[in-house]
Amino acid sequence: MKPKFGVIVFPGSCDERDAYHAVDLIEGAEPKFLWHGDRDLKGVDVVVVPGGFSYGDYLRAGAIARFSPVMEAVARFAAEGGLVLGICNGFQVLCEAGLLPGALLPNRSLRFVCRQVDVVVENDRTPFTAACERGELLSVPVKHTTGCYFAPPEILEEIERNEQVLLRYAPGGNPNGSLADIAGVVNPGRNVFGLMPHPEHAVDSFTGSTDGAKIFHSLVEACTAGVG
Amino acid sequence: MAKGAPPAADVAPPPVSVEQARSLGLTDAEFDRIRELLGRAPNSLELAVFSLLWSEHCAYKHSKKLLGTLPTGGEKVLRGPGENAGAVDAGAGLAVAFKVESHNHPSAVEPFQGAATGVGGILRDVFALGARPVAVLDSLRFGELDSQRSRYLFERVVAGISSYGNSVGVPTVGGEIYFERPYEQNCLVNVMCVGLAPVEQLLSSAARGEGNLVVLLGARTGRDGIGGASVLASAELTDEDHAKRPSVQIGDPLEESKLIECCLELVERRVLIALQDLGAGGLSSSASEMAAKGGVGIDLDVSKVPLREPGMEPFETMISESQERMLCVVERSRLDEIVAVCEKWETSATPIGSVTDSRHLRVFDGEELAGDIAVAALVDECPLYDLDARRPENPLALFPATPPTLTAGSGVQETFLTLLGAANVASRRWAFEQYDSLVQGRTVCRPEHADAAVLRLTYDGHGTSRAVAVSIDGNGRRVACDPYIGAAEAVCECAANLACTGAEPLGLTNCLNFGNPEKPHVAWQLSKAVEGLSAACRALSVPVVGGNVSLYNEGPDGPIYPTPVVGMVGEVEDAAKAGKSGFATGSGSDDMVALIGPFAPSQQGSELAKLRGELTAGLPSFDLAAVRSALELVRGAVRAGTVTSAHDVSEGGLACAVAESAIFGAVGCSLDLAPLIRRAEVDPETALFGEGPGGVLVSGSRESLMSLSKTAAGVGFLALGSLGGQTIGIAAGDARIELSIEDARRVFQTALAKRVP
Repeated sequence: MKPKFGVIVFPGSCDERDAYHAVDLIEGAEPKFLWHGDRDLKGVDVVVVPGGFSYGDYLRAGAIARFSPVMEAVARFAAEGGLVLGICNGFQVLCEAGLLPGALLPNRSLRFVCRQVDVVVENDRTPFTAACERGELLSVPVKHTTGCYFAPPEILEEIERNEQVLLRYAPGGNPNGSLADIAGVVNPGRNVFGLMPHPEHAVDSFTGSTDGAKIFHSLVEACTAGVG
Repeated sequence: MAKGAPPAADVAPPPVSVEQARSLGLTDAEFDRIRELLGRAPNSLELAVFSLLWSEHCAYKHSKKLLGTLPTGGEKVLRGPGENAGAVDAGAGLAVAFKVESHNHPSAVEPFQGAATGVGGILRDVFALGARPVAVLDSLRFGELDSQRSRYLFERVVAGISSYGNSVGVPTVGGEIYFERPYEQNCLVNVMCVGLAPVEQLLSSAARGEGNLVVLLGARTGRDGIGGASVLASAELTDEDHAKRPSVQIGDPLEESKLIECCLELVERRVLIALQDLGAGGLSSSASEMAAKGGVGIDLDVSKVPLREPGMEPFETMISESQERMLCVVERSRLDEIVAVCEKWETSATPIGSVTDSRHLRVFDGEELAGDIAVAALVDECPLYDLDARRPENPLALFPATPPTLTAGSGVQETFLTLLGAANVASRRWAFEQYDSLVQGRTVCRPEHADAAVLRLTYDGHGTSRAVAVSIDGNGRRVACDPYIGAAEAVCECAANLACTGAEPLGLTNCLNFGNPEKPHVAWQLSKAVEGLSAACRALSVPVVGGNVSLYNEGPDGPIYPTPVVGMVGEVEDAAKAGKSGFATGSGSDDMVALIGPFAPSQQGSELAKLRGELTAGLPSFDLAAVRSALELVRGAVRAGTVTSAHDVSEGGLACAVAESAIFGAVGCSLDLAPLIRRAEVDPETALFGEGPGGVLVSGSRESLMSLSKTAAGVGFLALGSLGGQTIGIAAGDARIELSIEDARRVFQTALAKRVP
């Protein structure tokens, strides 16, 4: 059985079709759309909370989407150890939902930034990064206004000690002012991962790098090996 | 609602006076004509509707005759001028719809919302055809960056485009920005949208079928944007324009995003008989145009329109330009399905009227007939004006002079660095990094990767690697120097950008930004520019499939530079082979650089002449057929992989083109311009920095470029030197430029960011 990836569609999601196509390109993975108003996750193995501007990001990025019916189901799914990947706006939603530590603040420039960046893999012993090597550089684009990762000192220390920082912007390449160059963080259970860069926009040679595919390959491996 | 036209006496009074007509921008003669057409005096609602439909913005009354001279036919044309957007056949059963539109005056008054709603408006024009918007490009003009107003407008316009375009999930993939004094008061914001649809899914806006329902989709209607088309878009700007802010609409990108998905789902379900956006003129304009195209009448009941605030007058509902609304025609039996789809997307569908056989637009307020006008009177009877065109003694004397920033005696290296960091030449990274250029996953060539944006039409593994290239161009200063040649150059520049990616032009759209056409010198610029566009389109066999006209672009200091902006879409056979503009070394080490085309550099109208305060009227004439041959050669060479880079020579001349290719590709070169100096009979400085159409800088292996040169007879092929290293070296006679790529990159990439707050 191919692992099924459920990509949530919120009003205002933009990169949900890109995530869908990225999964579709990965051998052994099957994409499905999940609707924000449904509480049914349709038996998927992985939930992808996609990028975009859910509910227009009005009020605060991700703040409204966390209250949608599907997120109740995602919280339960995560509590049971289900794999959840939050990309960009998805990362913001997962932080707002309390499924990931910390918060995302407006970029230091206070402007949207769209740029190809290098991120360093800090921990390769997770279902999201197993196909990468520790210290490996991945070339992936960022595109966001609210991507400056923040956590209070005690939480920052805890996630560092616990090796929950999976991706960091390469030295000198931090596009948004994130604390400790943090680009992606996993929960203590290692089954919920949020990142600001867009791996779904780096899966295909037509659009540049294919490094982002490694995140999806890692997830396929984790599912087929029964991990997570 | 009663059938047929009721007697005039039934229409709600009171009739209006000629003073009211004048206050809405109608002339006395136009008011007389309206009375004649109605057989009575109009009431205030009818007058408001006429004032919008007969505004320059909606009726093209000063430009329609001229626009009729542009070539519009072609075998790939699926929708020509007159539809919401043009559309061409991109092969594999796919249609590409595209259009460019201006939002100049709203942006000059309130830059953030003006630009944001400019994006929103052009998206709706494209999905009104049933096409998914897949790309946005912007053509922007501001005053010089030493002015605080220009910096403010620049920053807020970019922020508005970024905010709306990014949120709505359509990538902004390209564009152009110029800074020139004549745009100081009246900035230009032209937005182009490209959409994609299966050919058989393309919709029309023609209302059909008596008894069918007219349904309003999307946002509620408010008092925002009342009179935008007549108040803002069809009159000159004055010092009191802050008072016009209420005429600028407010955008809601979430609502637009839901409306796009909702409309596209309705299109796929084949429920819609006709679809039309609500743009300038609001309901009045949309309903009239749908009725006119279908040869039918439409009855509307304004009391059914969902309002944002209570107590709106029927005329306000009819002319409101509230954003994120669409009007469609459907069969009664399918209303429930439409309502269900709209509920799914959390937007609304409200039946507000029906199609009739009366050929009248009738507006009811509940039971009361609030207005009744023959559709033809609104759409076809607007008086068209002949232009009183006269060439001014000195065409450049019309514009405020730009003080020189570069002295004539500067050395070549200093001149080079000044040009590379000039506001019109430097990298646009500061702006384009604020735009999401990647969403939807189609962007094969991003900004600064290639001369045009390249978008794949189908996803990898699910069909072909077919793609389209898109570019938008128009150098107003050169058009000011010579409207005919400058406008022809804009078309050539756009076609050259496409050729550099290997694209064959499919169609062209334009936005004609000019001053007040009632002034003879502006009329002369407009007519000459349209002649130039027409000649170039014919010579390059590119059909004009649509366009937009923005007149009255004048501030207290005078008119803007005449600025015809040209947007072109071309077909790329294989996305994997799309040409890049950065130098690239092949497998061997023996790579060379060459210049293809009839390029004859001149300092007339150039960036250098501007910086030195030496602009003069006139531009050298050139041979359009020779440009065509050169572009065909380049396109073929890119497609065949004979060249590894191709970059068209534009602002800042050949030296700046060389620097850009070196910076983009991170590969240096060592060139000698002696062959160009000989052929064009110019001095070294002109060879380095002179401008003109028909020059493409290419790189490739010596072997393949030498074989290409043998097929270039009569086209122009000059070997300029070799590729490699990390230094940009250009010799021209006794002059020599020598600079590391890193130093050039620093100047080129930081110049713009340094000048904005």
